[in-house]
Amino acid sequence: MSAGAQLGADGGLNHLLTIEGLPRPLLENILDTAARFLSVGSREVKSVPLLRGRSVFNLFFENSTRTRTTFEIAAKRLSADVYNLNIAASSTSKGESLLDTIDNLTAMQADCFVVRHSQGGAPYLIARHVAPHVHVINAGDGRHAHPTQALLDLYTIRHYKGDFERLSVAIVGDILHSRVARSDLHALRAMGVRDLRAVGPLTLLPPGLEHLGVQVHTRLEEGIRDADVIIMLRLQNERMRGALLPSAQEYFRNYGLTAAALRHARPDCIVMHPGPMNRGVEIDSAVADGPSSVILPQVSFGIAVRMAVLSMAVSSQRTAAA
Amino acid sequence: MIELDAEAIYRELAARVRVHLAGRLVRFVGVHTGGVWLAERLRADLGIAGEVGILDVSFYRDDFDRSGLAREGRPSRIPFEVEGSDILLVDDVLNTGRTVRAAMNELFDYGRPARVELAVLIDRGGRQLPIHASLVGRTLEVPEDVSVELSRDEFQRLHLTLENLAGREEGPR
Repeated sequence: MSAGAQLGADGGLNHLLTIEGLPRPLLENILDTAARFLSVGSREVKSVPLLRGRSVFNLFFENSTRTRTTFEIAAKRLSADVYNLNIAASSTSKGESLLDTIDNLTAMQADCFVVRHSQGGAPYLIARHVAPHVHVINAGDGRHAHPTQALLDLYTIRHYKGDFERLSVAIVGDILHSRVARSDLHALRAMGVRDLRAVGPLTLLPPGLEHLGVQVHTRLEEGIRDADVIIMLRLQNERMRGALLPSAQEYFRNYGLTAAALRHARPDCIVMHPGPMNRGVEIDSAVADGPSSVILPQVSFGIAVRMAVLSMAVSSQRTAAA
Repeated sequence: MIELDAEAIYRELAARVRVHLAGRLVRFVGVHTGGVWLAERLRADLGIAGEVGILDVSFYRDDFDRSGLAREGRPSRIPFEVEGSDILLVDDVLNTGRTVRAAMNELFDYGRPARVELAVLIDRGGRQLPIHASLVGRTLEVPEDVSVELSRDEFQRLHLTLENLAGREEGPR
């Protein structure tokens, strides 16, 4: 399935599988729609009746609390019926195949699947398989993509910094294994960021970043110098067990974002993190809780962005069918 | 295409609103976009204090299934307490009543108003719901396939155009 297959006949969003290939006007339309939903969250009644009677199934084949919860809140604020399935604990452990599970859920009148899977490409497999009226949103697949995280990162940057073209953005940490980094790089390129940097130890930097127009830095202070935006990535503990890194302490000494290191960035630099954070590994508490941190606003914006994606996916199909 | 004298119709509406609301403390809420222009203009011309509220009803429409989510819009914003308020809802053209229903549904998600009345520049008939405007600039009998559009020029002057859509292919909303 090509990236274009996530778009409906009218050019709108039918599925959201990856950021790659989405045109800038569509990304901007998603952010604008999210801005309209953001104000709903500050009202006394926090829901709108847009997806009333629709069923959204959260299919999490891999654990996640934050992403699953924000998708659930987003769907509920759109008045959809939400079903959370802990797949690992149910049918697949009894030997049912992924697509049999999907067929069964479709027979239960699902309108939308929000999918997280440890295998890259699983949401594509599902999107190719489902009936035309069913939509698939990728909530993170393997090392491949995490498009709604990238969209909420774009939203956060636009909210605090405005114009993308003039910004210097540094992504710091385990770029190699990070689906967030991959989606962020595509999203920031699409929005016209010219000064885009990847910072980390060589063992955690994938080859070929230069071809994406990304500057590679192995020293933190150089990588974040005069940056407007720093996106910290979570260092996954399992990486420490391989030969990629010596120890968490050593990683923190070289790549942990401390207040002292942050002084190399611009004074009004914002610090982002997709969560969950490892304090004292990739980020110091003084920074995570400090004035530059926008980590908690990211979570609030994430709900509005997911409301936008869910409502646009469902409405796009209806337009195409009309 | 026919153009009506929107400014003259507006002045008639403003005169009726002035008489109707005399002595009452009323907050204005405009329906995006034409209703907001009218509400802001009425507020200024009638010397009413406070900002007008703005409703973008696209998240409340009942035709979401058929027409999808409107691409354009601005966030709804009610800069006052809806609970217990006397509210004048303002829209440009009243037709099926579905927009007004959506606007009232949204308004009630902000609180329970003491009273809601409706003022429209044009009532073109064709109601599909039991909705009635207390204040109308002008009533027109217009066939279903004729569009009535309010626009505003660079000098903030209002324009009303009637256009026959028969034979034209229906585009996206």
